[in-house]
Amino acid sequence: MIDQKKRLRTVGELRALRSGLQAALKPKRLVSVSAASCGRASGALAVASTLAEEIKKRGLEGSVELRLTGCHGLCQLEPDVVIFPEKIFYPNLTPEKVPLVVEETLVHGRVIPELAFKESSGHQVFPRLDDLPFLKKQVRWLLDRQLVLDPGQLESYLEHGGFLALEKVLSGMSPTEVINLVMASGLRGRGGAGFPTGLKWRLAREAGQAEKYLICNGDEGDPGAYMDRGLLESNPFSIIEGMIIGGYAVGAARGFIYIREEYPLALERVSTALDGAREAGLLGDNILGSDFSFDLELVRGAGAFVSGEETALIASIEGRRAFPRQRPPFPVVRGLWGRPTVINNVETWANVPLIVLNGPAWFSSVGTAGSKGTKIFSLVGKVRYTGLVEVPFGLTLREVIEEVGGGPEPGRSIKAVQTGGPSGGCLPASLFHLPLDYESLQAAGSIMGSGGMIVIDENTCIVDLILYFLRFAREESCGQCAPCRLGTARMTGILERITRGEGRPEDLELLARAGWTMREASLCGLGRTAANPVLSALRYFRDELERHVVDRECPAGVCRGLISYLIDKSRCTGCLLCLDSCPVAAIAVADDGYPTIDQKLCTRCGACLAACPPGVSAVTKLNRKENRAGEKPGED
Amino acid sequence: MKSRNSLTEKVETILASLPAERRHLVLFLHRVQQELGYIPGEALRMAADYFAVSPAEVYGLVTFYSAFRLKPGCRHEITVCQGTACHVRGAPELAAELSRLLGVRPGQENPEKGVSLRTVNCLGCCALAPVVVVDGEYKGRVQKEQVPKILEKLTVKT
Repeated sequence: MIDQKKRLRTVGELRALRSGLQAALKPKRLVSVSAASCGRASGALAVASTLAEEIKKRGLEGSVELRLTGCHGLCQLEPDVVIFPEKIFYPNLTPEKVPLVVEETLVHGRVIPELAFKESSGHQVFPRLDDLPFLKKQVRWLLDRQLVLDPGQLESYLEHGGFLALEKVLSGMSPTEVINLVMASGLRGRGGAGFPTGLKWRLAREAGQAEKYLICNGDEGDPGAYMDRGLLESNPFSIIEGMIIGGYAVGAARGFIYIREEYPLALERVSTALDGAREAGLLGDNILGSDFSFDLELVRGAGAFVSGEETALIASIEGRRAFPRQRPPFPVVRGLWGRPTVINNVETWANVPLIVLNGPAWFSSVGTAGSKGTKIFSLVGKVRYTGLVEVPFGLTLREVIEEVGGGPEPGRSIKAVQTGGPSGGCLPASLFHLPLDYESLQAAGSIMGSGGMIVIDENTCIVDLILYFLRFAREESCGQCAPCRLGTARMTGILERITRGEGRPEDLELLARAGWTMREASLCGLGRTAANPVLSALRYFRDELERHVVDRECPAGVCRGLISYLIDKSRCTGCLLCLDSCPVAAIAVADDGYPTIDQKLCTRCGACLAACPPGVSAVTKLNRKENRAGEKPGED
Repeated sequence: MKSRNSLTEKVETILASLPAERRHLVLFLHRVQQELGYIPGEALRMAADYFAVSPAEVYGLVTFYSAFRLKPGCRHEITVCQGTACHVRGAPELAAELSRLLGVRPGQENPEKGVSLRTVNCLGCCALAPVVVVDGEYKGRVQKEQVPKILEKLTVKT
């Protein structure tokens, strides 16, 4: 039920509420604990409750505020805290370290060098968040706010300038002016396709039907990508504000926020935020006394990757199976229940209030000619620092991977980066000079996609990786059209054969043909791009593929059908730890007293390698097949 | 096992909380599964009546979306994330080890130990890869060597 007292009736009341909140702010130390899903999985809640206890014990409640925020973006260093105003940063905190933090930093205002972030290589200490090398190249328009916001609290969002953009829109801007402003900013869809947002809005506005809808696509299905989860969990009000503005511009009275069910915390936070906005009269009839009415509904997905495709998403909201349909007509013409519908990605909506507030010139001052503003990437895989990074368009892959991500893990070398998820491709290190924008990566055979960036090193096998994506595509193919349904199955079969060590040289040609057929003939965008991982591998990693099918070896030592383990008698001490470790009893003591591996029984699990004491290292892994005479073909 | 009557009542209560519009069908299924742990055949038929669609269409939804299951699960559930970051950091090894120790494949359950094994498409905690979720609790950077201990803890609890 709406509390009539709290309901804001005019723009003036909103303004008064905000300035009241801001004026009531006391100069307090703020202790911000990163508590999005990643942080929680790393123990953020235990750290926070210990902090609360210690703060109370020390009688600091009056001068220190503890806040559970969303994602700080430094996922690898979680749970972390940032202590304002200096932004003192403590990574990887545990409850045991908390009393020291409270004593030294909160009571005495001193930095604890032992707990501060250190470069793994040198002795350099980085006590302040802003000093971290990870942040140097970033422009964190969206992410920085997540350091201070309490995601569930409307008041917190208002204190930090929330709904100022809506205020501006409802204080005299016409819908056309809003659309023109978004068009002038050059904002393009952050979901991957990069369609100009303002143009999409205009098309929907001009579609000429009374009823129109907005959708926020939060079905972030690309494995390895979690930018949208970060935003939904950390700053849900910015998405809501963006959509209210969008509703005003397009002329829609209803909108839907669709979130995949694998994101329980995001669903919870958005639901809380929607209630808060509705109670305050920021959603509902006659928002802030205007004649504009708009409401939002949360829709929970049910686990289907294809739902992320816009026409499939619409089907899913309608209560049907998430089957894509042919486009055109595009959703801006015929979308949800046949009405004009604007579907934008989470990050796109989150950018809207910033653009309205700061103006198109501000927004387009950053980026490249065709790609304006910043983009959040999830930088993960085999780099030193993983996390959410927000960088201006135009930064090169190398800058992101080496400077932001800190380069390879110690002793390794980076082989490639996978961008764009199952619709993208692998770009080799030789292409790391490419700038990050919509067009450059596409020209190179991958896509920027929604922002997943998975770095791989020499221990990652390209064949294994593309098999992973094809299996994913096969599982998630909705099955409507033959090129995708059969193509993904066929390619998976060929790739499985290759990893078993039974590849044939002509397999590479077969893969290419199947891939091109899918690209040309599939019904939806997902099917048309599902072969991209394979096609890009054929383009850049043909050598590695040929090593698999011609030389029968896996250079990365991953494909089980192409590797083998051996025991080097000259190093073996006869401790037999390997024998005990083998889950399939493939190791036996030979006549000479040394353990040997029966290659026919061995499943290449690597347990013996792990069991052999480090000083001995008698078990070795070969990146090729040892003689396994008598082995039945196809057995794995 | 719940008696048939209490099951029907529960489903009826859930139906009554939702308008009879087709778009609420997925939400209905979520709620049934939350309440009962699975979607019983009876609920499918009742939903078909209520939302005025054929039972086949409801069945189609349940089997299309991976979140729903038609059989009750086990007391404990272990989920291995299959995201790309998890994959390149050893998730397949974890799944294989869990499969081996439980004697079941992902998607199956070991009723003796009371553990279901599942895999899931990316949970979006990629910086913690590889991730395993044990009864709703996320565990990051799991090593293959920890797997026996994870299982031990579950079986001791029961």
